[in-house]
Amino acid sequence: MSELHTLGVHEVLERLNRRECSSEDIVRDVLAAIGRIDGTIDGYLSVAAEDALAQARAADEARRQGAGGRLLGVPIAVKDVLNVRGQPCGCASRILQGYVSPYDATAVARLRAEGAVFLGRTNMDEFAMGSSTENSAFKVTRNPWNRNCVPGGSSGGSAAVVAADEAIAALGSDTGGSVRQPASFCGCVGLKPSYGRISRYGLTAFASSLDQIGPMTKSVRDAALLLQVMAGHDPHDSSCLPDPVPDYAAALVPDLKGMRLGLPREYFVGGSDPEVERAIRAAVEVCRGLGAEIVDVALPHTPYVIATYYVIATAEASANLARFDGVRYGTRAAGAEDPIDLYKRTREQGFGPEVKRRIILGTYVLSSGYHDAYYLRAQKVRTLIRRDFEQAFQSCDAIVAPVAPTPAYPIGEKGGDPLQMYLGDIFTVPVNLAGICGMSVPCGFTTRQMPVGLQILGPALGEGSILRVGHAYEQAGGWSHRRPPL
Amino acid sequence: MGKYRTTIGLEVHVQLKTHSKMFCGCGTDFGAPPNTHVCPVCLGYPGALPVMNRDAIRLTVISGLMLGCRINSYSKFDRKNYFYPDMPKNYQITQYDLPLCLGGSVEIEVGGRVRTIGITRIHLEEDVAKNLHYATWSGIDFNRAGVPLMEIVSEPDLESPEEASAYLLALRQILTYAGVSDCNLEEGNMRCDANCSLRPADRVELGTKVEIKNINTVKGVQGALEYEEIRQAEALDGGRTIVQETRRWDADLGITSSMRTKEDAHDYRYFPEPDLMPVALPAEQVAAWKAALPELPQARRERFVAQYGLPEYDARVLAAERAVADYFEAALRLIPGSPKAVSNWVMTDVLRVLSERTIDIGRFPIPADALAELIGLAEKRVINSNTARDVFALMLDEGGRAGDIVKTRGLAQVSDTAAIEKVVEQAIAENAKSAEDFRQGKAAALKFLVGQVMRLSKGKANPQMATEMLVARLGKG
Ligand SMILES: [Zn+2]
Repeated sequence: MSELHTLGVHEVLERLNRRECSSEDIVRDVLAAIGRIDGTIDGYLSVAAEDALAQARAADEARRQGAGGRLLGVPIAVKDVLNVRGQPCGCASRILQGYVSPYDATAVARLRAEGAVFLGRTNMDEFAMGSSTENSAFKVTRNPWNRNCVPGGSSGGSAAVVAADEAIAALGSDTGGSVRQPASFCGCVGLKPSYGRISRYGLTAFASSLDQIGPMTKSVRDAALLLQVMAGHDPHDSSCLPDPVPDYAAALVPDLKGMRLGLPREYFVGGSDPEVERAIRAAVEVCRGLGAEIVDVALPHTPYVIATYYVIATAEASANLARFDGVRYGTRAAGAEDPIDLYKRTREQGFGPEVKRRIILGTYVLSSGYHDAYYLRAQKVRTLIRRDFEQAFQSCDAIVAPVAPTPAYPIGEKGGDPLQMYLGDIFTVPVNLAGICGMSVPCGFTTRQMPVGLQILGPALGEGSILRVGHAYEQAGGWSHRRPPL
Repeated sequence: MGKYRTTIGLEVHVQLKTHSKMFCGCGTDFGAPPNTHVCPVCLGYPGALPVMNRDAIRLTVISGLMLGCRINSYSKFDRKNYFYPDMPKNYQITQYDLPLCLGGSVEIEVGGRVRTIGITRIHLEEDVAKNLHYATWSGIDFNRAGVPLMEIVSEPDLESPEEASAYLLALRQILTYAGVSDCNLEEGNMRCDANCSLRPADRVELGTKVEIKNINTVKGVQGALEYEEIRQAEALDGGRTIVQETRRWDADLGITSSMRTKEDAHDYRYFPEPDLMPVALPAEQVAAWKAALPELPQARRERFVAQYGLPEYDARVLAAERAVADYFEAALRLIPGSPKAVSNWVMTDVLRVLSERTIDIGRFPIPADALAELIGLAEKRVINSNTARDVFALMLDEGGRAGDIVKTRGLAQVSDTAAIEKVVEQAIAENAKSAEDFRQGKAAALKFLVGQVMRLSKGKANPQMATEMLVARLGKG
């Protein structure tokens, strides 16, 4: 049974339902895999082995007693940004060291209610700020396909542990591509739902108007199931949409007949690595073969998305991260003279350089005299970017595009140049700015055997469409099943 | 003060009477042990999100309607960023440019002069925690953090400290009338910041404004502003300029002292709160709330005069507090023919007990219908007025209904002519000297004789009948 850890959510459920193994077997096998592999991947910040085994035994007992649960006994890894009761939630930051969450995020509570087992905490860029997981305060996660390369970020730990079969599935969060880009870099499926589709309650906020929780899985079908469980109205989050949750599994048909897929011309102007572009074009041809009509669409405000994103995201972050002050939880710096001194010392010692950079940037764009020129203008451009997509979805059902201009790059390559790093987000951030949904599905490899992801975008609440495209593509010629040599 | 004119504007913070806090389900009752009404939301834990308490919106809009404000059909919340230990998130959720209510006014009267004080706006925000300082350490009680707080900003229409305190009292009266807040100053339900400037009497443009914070009592408002008037006048007299600054009122020392000047003023970096949706208030909703508004104190006062024929003074006393006015009208409804009698009882007996016991009418032991029954017995002369006051005292201490007490204790007034005549005879016989004095024209003697009749009848004789009979028997009056 040593291959249990390589299974996806649906395969695990099939084995559990056929009584071929217990949840405890699966968790033990995953823990063993973590023990063998994670020393070279560093995907986990902490593994709650005893806790996870106890949850697994409880799930097995529940199953014996005939209890249901759509995820009963399935172990899931959680990005360190989501609150799981009784586990640390440190956002890979020194400032939250020692903080143990007193509550479950709504998404976590819904997974728990369906019987999911929470394995441990995955590494990330500190407070989800970064695109390579190099900004973690504790460790650098390595790409399972090439350990000298980054796994992407900020949900790099979740992507890496799913790709390396150290988890059955994982949760990430996506503010500007943090689920999709690491999924692309590591060769797994990463879904960012529409803004408001999954409750943000319990997701430590980076940029409140952009953040979404998303599943990271070994197949599109698994992503659809996790979304099904987590999505839907939550009275604890005013931005969570009340719209009913459709049956996503029903959308997973094996062809794309009658679907129009848009190719944004601004995304194919030579800015991307040729190997990435080649993989995307090949995937587009597979979709055409499945019956999709390929149409040209325009997203004319693409040149402004990076600037707009980094103004809005940092402005919101500067307020969201103000609560980390050493007063109520987490790290408290010693030797403070007064409260303001306490804040300064705690935040100086507790935050890493990228977090500080973004707090300063966000504070600047909101300060009096600059507010209108930066924050207000960015909000206006955001509206134009949203209209771009509304316009584009007039003529197509989904958009296909690269996730990132490049495959995973060597660790340290972009660390010294934040702007270079930010530019890598060009294809992912507009999705968050527009509040629409997007998914990364493995679509091939470079000659150096690094994975490339196909980004599939849908309109707000169009998850059914992008899951259909992703699933049909995956079935017809996708690359989701390919595993790194470990 | 003749040399200068004073200009004052007040920012009054009022805690709203909601069951739960503004953004979470925690309770709002005052006086609980520190940090017992807290949760991840009001402690600003990672990932916790605010959810709007619709009742706080309703109470703010009702306040606005009571004060004649325009209600914004589209309103939103913003983050006000600053670091302070009493702020769990280090930003306060408040309303910056689209508050719930705009405009409005309050009428005040000082020294017989009635003035209308403009209200600029009313917005809703969350209260902060309470810092507690001990010898070597400080604590923070987050029970108050997140309690809905309404801020009422006045126009700079107030011209003296007396007007400022009259405004505060008028506001408190209206808000307690509206039932939106207890406005209990001891419990910090109502707090106040004041803006004050002086200018030479012959100048039009306003002088430099000084903001005074931390004023928590009506007396404090007057004291702080009186101090500030003198301080600023002395500075102007001495040829010094007034520094634009924020000052703190120290109630113990009776002085204001500088907290910070304009140079180190905060940049609050307001921006729209992304965790809360804007508030849309449909006109029908506002109209429904408006239709259900309670009467304003002034309207009630005028109605008491017009409808019940009460003197202006009575109407003012009775209508001062909504609960007292409600009590008065509840009693009057049962004996509608006797408004003045009910007014007398409430104004003298009921309010005296309330002030002696320092309780509010909600805890007054005699319900309005029981008082009405008692007054009814006195009005119908079943008992005389002295007996009625004794019965009132019994009801106050032991409870019970006036009718039962009168019956069981045999306190009913004797109005039987023969019975009273007998006692009158006896009184004249026993007090021949007084009877003679009365016949000689000493009016005071009659009072004494009536007293004797009452004594002999153990207080039960109808004093009016006794008086009439004595006059008849003794021949003069
Ligand atoms: Zn609370």
